[in-house]
Amino acid sequence: MQELYTRLADILTSQFGVDESALTPTATFEALELDSLDLVEITLVVDDELGVRIPDDRLEDIVTVQDAVDVIAELSGVAA
Amino acid sequence: MKSPAITGLGAITPAGRGVEVSWHRVVDGKPTAALDEMLAAADVPVALCCRVPDFDADAEVGRGASRRLDRFTHLAVLAATEALAQAGLVDDDGRIIGADPDRVAIVLGSGIGGAETWASEYPSFLANGPGRVSPTFIPRMLSNTAAGTIAIRTGARGPNVTVNTACAAGATAIHVARDLVRSGTADVAIAGGVEAGITALSVSAFNQMGALSRNPDPSTASRPFDIDRDGFVMGEGAGVVVVESAKHAKGRGATVLGRVAGVGASADAHHATAPSPDGGGAILAMRRALADADLDPSDIGHVNAHGTSTPLNDHAEALAIRTVFGADADRLAVSSTKGVTGHLLGGAGAVEAIFALLALRSQLAPPTAGLHRLDPEIDLDVVADTARDMKLDAVMTNSFGFGGQNASLVLTR
Repeated sequence: MQELYTRLADILTSQFGVDESALTPTATFEALELDSLDLVEITLVVDDELGVRIPDDRLEDIVTVQDAVDVIAELSGVAA
Repeated sequence: MKSPAITGLGAITPAGRGVEVSWHRVVDGKPTAALDEMLAAADVPVALCCRVPDFDADAEVGRGASRRLDRFTHLAVLAATEALAQAGLVDDDGRIIGADPDRVAIVLGSGIGGAETWASEYPSFLANGPGRVSPTFIPRMLSNTAAGTIAIRTGARGPNVTVNTACAAGATAIHVARDLVRSGTADVAIAGGVEAGITALSVSAFNQMGALSRNPDPSTASRPFDIDRDGFVMGEGAGVVVVESAKHAKGRGATVLGRVAGVGASADAHHATAPSPDGGGAILAMRRALADADLDPSDIGHVNAHGTSTPLNDHAEALAIRTVFGADADRLAVSSTKGVTGHLLGGAGAVEAIFALLALRSQLAPPTAGLHRLDPEIDLDVVADTARDMKLDAVMTNSFGFGGQNASLVLTR
């Protein structure tokens, strides 16, 4: 799970311009200035790099970074 | 009632970052054409183009800019930022001050819009399928996004319009901005033109049409009005001017840099790309601009010509200018600054309006770089070699777009 968080964090900092210092599990995507279009873009990158496709109907469950990690974990069958 | 004032100028052009730097290079007459690595690597037969100086979009336009905005929007924002700062109309956060934001309009012109977005996303779509298309493709690509982005950043809620008259778009934008201000719809109109269309596909396409110079010498490829001219050199860039009602400018003590005294527009109604050979549409546009300014041809001392360096445009434009000005054309100093900057397409009309205004303020006509032997069929006094000091009270700038869409502006002090 920690590994998933780290990998997502890397994606957010290196490809989405997120400040490392702002990046915490409880940070909301809104606070990180990432909007709904960015979220869809993130799912495409997550699919490419982590092999997990987050379907559109799960996006509304994702408010914080940890929410995203939880959804990815669930969809990839990783133990929580 | 005085003509609407111009209270701010901003530009990023192949001649430099910013208005002053660009103007100095234009006055010096130093061409900016250079071999482009991307075009050469893609085996495009014409690899000369005119690029703006490098900039870091994320640092200068804003975080996420390189990812969420196309290059054309970057250029427009940089130019608008300079213009608004000079006009004194924005605070440290870039938000409108000194004017009611609801009465600040934005009018931009662009011929292509998000060319680089198409160039990068379409191959990805073909390779990876519909499920991989970027959700930001549409906003990045749409040609109205630059104007919308400036509104988002400044808080300007007046009419927000993007015009496309191809190579006249930058001038048409100033025309429309002037009308919005003069009609009382807006107190201020941020107006300009932008193009960032240098992709392998678009340059190849222009070349296939025979529109580009095939001369590989960067110092003579763009040679407006020259006997050996054989096409234009593609450029990129943005120019923005702040148009403001005379009353509003006076009320806040703004420095008036010049005035949009007259505007004229027309269509050739002739051909998709070639100008009307008798210069018919251009004649109409110039006469309309003069009439709108309530000036005679003899009042104009300098024309910043469209002067693309194509055999067709330069010939038709010269004929049109001679027809409109008659004997007064003998005393008219005609220049094409495209000899230095290349053709900025949708950006040209605005950047050249800025150069025309600076010619007026500097009391000189810039040289036409690349011009070594004037075509004998060009019956005009075209300024070559070095800038010419002269007394100027009013200037004109012409822009003529593919599809026969013409714009002529008359600027005064």
